[in-house]
Amino acid sequence: MSRNQVELALHIPTPRARPGDPVDFGHLLIADAGVTRRPASDAAEADMRDLPYGLIRILNDSGQAVGDWATMEAPAFLRDGLRAMVQTRIFEDRLFRAHRQGKTSFFMKSTGEEAMSVAQSMVLAADDMCFPTYRMQGWLIARGYPIVDMINQIYSNERDPLKGRQLPILYSARDYGFYSLSGNVGSRFGHAVGWAMASAYKRDHRIAIGYIGEGTTAEGDFHEALTFASVYRAPVILAITNNQWAISSFSGFAGAEQTTFAAKAIGYGLPGLRVDGNDFLAIVAATRWAAERARANLGATLIEFVTYRASGHSTSDDPTKYRPADEAAHWPLGDPIERLKRHLIEIGEWSEERHTQMEAELGQAVQAAQREAESVGTLGKSKPPVSEMFEGVFKERDWRAAEQCRELGF
Amino acid sequence: MIQALNSALDVMMARDSDILVFGEDVGYFGGVFRVTAGLQERHGLERCFDAPISEGGIIATAIGMGAFGLRPVPEIQFADYILPAFDQLVSEAARLRYRSNGEFWAPITVRAPYGGGIFGGQTHSQSPEAIFAHITGLKTVIPATPYDAKGLLIASIEDDDPVIFLEPKRLYNGPFDGRHDQAVRNWHGEATAQVPEGYYRIPLGQAVVVRQGEAATILAYGTMVHVAQAGIEDSGIDAELIDLRSIVPLDIDTIVASVKKTGRCVILHEASRFGGFGAELSALVQERCFYHLEAPIERVTGWDTPYPHAFEWDYFPGPARVSAALRRVVNDCGVVG
Repeated sequence: MSRNQVELALHIPTPRARPGDPVDFGHLLIADAGVTRRPASDAAEADMRDLPYGLIRILNDSGQAVGDWATMEAPAFLRDGLRAMVQTRIFEDRLFRAHRQGKTSFFMKSTGEEAMSVAQSMVLAADDMCFPTYRMQGWLIARGYPIVDMINQIYSNERDPLKGRQLPILYSARDYGFYSLSGNVGSRFGHAVGWAMASAYKRDHRIAIGYIGEGTTAEGDFHEALTFASVYRAPVILAITNNQWAISSFSGFAGAEQTTFAAKAIGYGLPGLRVDGNDFLAIVAATRWAAERARANLGATLIEFVTYRASGHSTSDDPTKYRPADEAAHWPLGDPIERLKRHLIEIGEWSEERHTQMEAELGQAVQAAQREAESVGTLGKSKPPVSEMFEGVFKERDWRAAEQCRELGF
Repeated sequence: MIQALNSALDVMMARDSDILVFGEDVGYFGGVFRVTAGLQERHGLERCFDAPISEGGIIATAIGMGAFGLRPVPEIQFADYILPAFDQLVSEAARLRYRSNGEFWAPITVRAPYGGGIFGGQTHSQSPEAIFAHITGLKTVIPATPYDAKGLLIASIEDDDPVIFLEPKRLYNGPFDGRHDQAVRNWHGEATAQVPEGYYRIPLGQAVVVRQGEAATILAYGTMVHVAQAGIEDSGIDAELIDLRSIVPLDIDTIVASVKKTGRCVILHEASRFGGFGAELSALVQERCFYHLEAPIERVTGWDTPYPHAFEWDYFPGPARVSAALRRVVNDCGVVG
């Protein structure tokens, strides 16, 4: 009795490879380095609707910078970027181990994704504001935030800058342009737009950058933020870090089987760029382009960074349960540190020896910071005064806090 | 408890092909707490599947499926993440039957791990039961043992009204009585962890008297049922312990009968105190048992702050606070417990 041509069937997305299967990234739209065109940063949105389907890449497989997007970056700037990425990786490896040793309750790594937070931290101005995801420790490291204080926060010890109130790595660092993190995903994406709208209202010069994972583009927060950014032409960069996996859910559960994430911009009338997220130079160039556009009062840009979450979601996760164990090794866009290193060597500004020496130095620096934090104490061995639990709920304590603090015996 | 919940879902999916399980990471992976492990394999890709990270979308589509005639059992990965779906629960699921004069209804069961004691910080530890209990049209169920978890989940799934099914995540792998400095226990060997393999149900709205006593009544649910037992033990007071099991519908008769007998009442929950479900319980007990009360009603709860990471055990209402409250209500009239 069907009135339809065919029987209806429910589509459930399925990734191309599960544990034990051969890795398959054949579905990814990957352009060669240098192929995707670079319009002027003041071009009309209607003339750029091809860009969300391209892929902005500058570094080719030989480590050369090629194409329209390639800019002359000072070697010292690139070396600083490399240094911050390496330091981020060393830091995360050590603190991941610290979690395994029972020194804290939770940790998250950004392995393979260091280029975005580091490059954008370096490109944007000190007084711009970043509304980060939880995989962006590189932003703080690139800006010289004291590593010992990051570890104090991770240990929730007596010197924790956030007074033991927040889960490890959910930092807040206003002086470093780093907005307060939360464990809920997506809920700050609109804050970035609101912050940018305020800057425009005040005739200020500052811009904002908001981050969201590809999985979280499914939340209403994403769509609301894009609508407001478009309607009010807010001076904001809206960045999607598409690392292919949201815990165990592949990007198909956020719509990646149908279109690119950058292409979401089209429906909102925003320019959308799709960028190689493991190409430090491409991230720098695309971010400069979007920042220029925002500072020229031309509004928001949506940028999808195509990258890969080489680590598990967190210390609570085991990715070998749901994806091939060697998937990271086959990621077609490589490793951001290796690629920038190769480029610097290619242009005669770096060497394997200097790299090894730098790794050793940074390892020692992180170790020293860890030792210093551990002299204060690890989780449970040291904590801020218990009365801190009742502070900061409101600007001023009300009678409940006073009474309950007494009840607890403090 | 994880296996008991898994078994409830498995049994019900086998009985009724209109039951669908979906949510973030519940499909192939089997859920971040493994509650849905194996269900996709056993019942098929279309019966247990992953969802986009969109709690509002998960609940909205569950309501739509329910309106069509299915019986969806969506999972929200942590109760802390349910708030983007709050409008769907409050303005839609809770009122669909009423406003359509019974033309449409939402027979959905929303499962969500809740509660603290796991160093999960502000966004993996909250106990939001009171905000659901406040919404007329939603049922709120909270098991404290594996046996109850299975029977109550089956009854929730069979219920034609929307049910918020909150799973105390600290109890997933074993009982926890708040003595955090002692070795972690598992459910092995516990009488309440003897879970029959097949179908059985525990009707919603029936509290259980976990321990008979004469000196005072403790009202608790979820993890706090176990903490209450430790508090009773520490205090040496002969308290009666009632596990409410569901807070909506609420078994008011069992509560009133007990408080009239003991004349004293201590209410426990992990959630913040102000406006918590304890406030409702306290009002109900006062309204119905005023002339039987020998001491002011006590509430032992989380403090009125967000859940603080470093202060897990300062915040969590442990057995020491329960026994102190018991002593206060008992000693108020000079009766030594």
